[in-house]
Amino acid sequence: MRSRKYIIGFIAALVMLAFTIPALAAPKTIILATTTSTQDSGLLDVLVPLFEKESGYQVKTISVGSGQAMKMGEKGEADVLLVHSPDAEKKFMADGFGVTRRLVMHNDFIILGPATDPAKIKGTTAADSLKRIAQAGALFASRGDNSGTHSKEKGLWKAAAVNPDGQKWYQQTGLGMGQTLNVAAEKKGYVLADRATYLALKKNLGLEILVEGDGKLLNVYHVIEINSVKWPKVNIPGGKAFADFMVSKKTQEIIGRFGVDKFGAPLFFPDAGKNPASLGL
Amino acid sequence: MDLILDGILQALRLIMSFDSEVMAVTLLSLKISCSATLISLFIGIPAGTLLALAHFPGRRLVVSLVNTGMGLPPVVVGLFVTIFLWRNGPLGFLEILYTPAAMILAQAVIATPIVAGITIASIQNLPANLKLQVLALGATRVQMVWILVREARLPLLAAVMAGFGGVISEVGASIMVGGNIKGQTRVLTTATVMETGKGNFDVAIALSLILLLLAFGVNYILTVIQQRERPR
Repeated sequence: MRSRKYIIGFIAALVMLAFTIPALAAPKTIILATTTSTQDSGLLDVLVPLFEKESGYQVKTISVGSGQAMKMGEKGEADVLLVHSPDAEKKFMADGFGVTRRLVMHNDFIILGPATDPAKIKGTTAADSLKRIAQAGALFASRGDNSGTHSKEKGLWKAAAVNPDGQKWYQQTGLGMGQTLNVAAEKKGYVLADRATYLALKKNLGLEILVEGDGKLLNVYHVIEINSVKWPKVNIPGGKAFADFMVSKKTQEIIGRFGVDKFGAPLFFPDAGKNPASLGL
Repeated sequence: MDLILDGILQALRLIMSFDSEVMAVTLLSLKISCSATLISLFIGIPAGTLLALAHFPGRRLVVSLVNTGMGLPPVVVGLFVTIFLWRNGPLGFLEILYTPAAMILAQAVIATPIVAGITIASIQNLPANLKLQVLALGATRVQMVWILVREARLPLLAAVMAGFGGVISEVGASIMVGGNIKGQTRVLTTATVMETGKGNFDVAIALSLILLLLAFGVNYILTVIQQRERPR
């Protein structure tokens, strides 16, 4: 019967562990739906703890593609969004899902590829480079997940007058930015990425920046508070507190400094309060 | 190869230095998966025993369903649990989405069919006339069931191991219902996915090794208990 004692002991240990689970639902929580780039670059790891300390809210950061983040907002399953898909955001606001939409920051997209550059795109414009990739039939790794980066990429294909869908050289990963970069690196393909995620992952990649600086490659982040008219459970004050925090002077300074010590250059450029027209929006 | 070595060194460093974040993530993994396993035992063993002993029309169908459930894909469970727990979903009033409670719920859903399925097999594997003997010796039905479960306790430990192994290692459901929130719902598997996405492969390898050690540790304890009382 010794084994019985062990079994009882084991079950008792399980029960004890189970009861040490912390309080199930904290009262003051907000759900922040955001893109993978803000998480993978490490920016939110810096900002969220600051906000939590200042405001007393507990933030549940759900990092998904911008498309999915906005879907969560449409369903009232998030209180505030931090996204980078301007055309889709405008539609989101026009459809009445958001209350306010404020400019937070920008950086830029870059087109990366192997150093050998088989499609000879180095130094061309965004649209031109995609045309060349299509002509050469060189492998291109797409997010394919309706994220902000994917929307941007679709816009660029349109500008290049190329329809990549169904082409053998066009591969959709359906993964986040970090993983898609790894796929492109592994397969020696081309890929569109936001600069912040690229810089954060650069050390293991072996991809080179081939196209940058084109005005079409601007990557702009907005913070959107969700409308509670349809979904009364949305935490309005919490969402507003986070949005206000993101555009506050102090936070904007932190954003402007973020990454300088590690990469020698900032990953994001603070834009709060600026006229969107000054960014060419 | 350098990367794997770096990962192992990093793992040792993280374990030896009792890195507070890694410890918290490890402990949370353990808590959530132990709780889920426990719940699945309370539901799975009685349900499996009942299915093994009872005779009713459609029993084969139900047993087949349980056996299919043993391979329930965690992402599917994650998707449905998320939809049910949404604020505006049927169970939204619980307000547990993106909390450890939601992860326990999802993992219990994954583990219960595993436990029930192995329980059915263990009880049915007992000698067929044991049941008759026990009844002939004057046991009540309840006593008979209790004796059968006790006789099957060693294979039932395999059910505990399989259930625990299934949930400590799954990532699909945990990341969907938990959200991989730092300090709240980040467990070893979801942290591994995130660190891979961030390109921190050494940390990802370190977390994987800790996960393997943890799974090994728990299974080792259970195996020792199981083997200690081998029928001689």
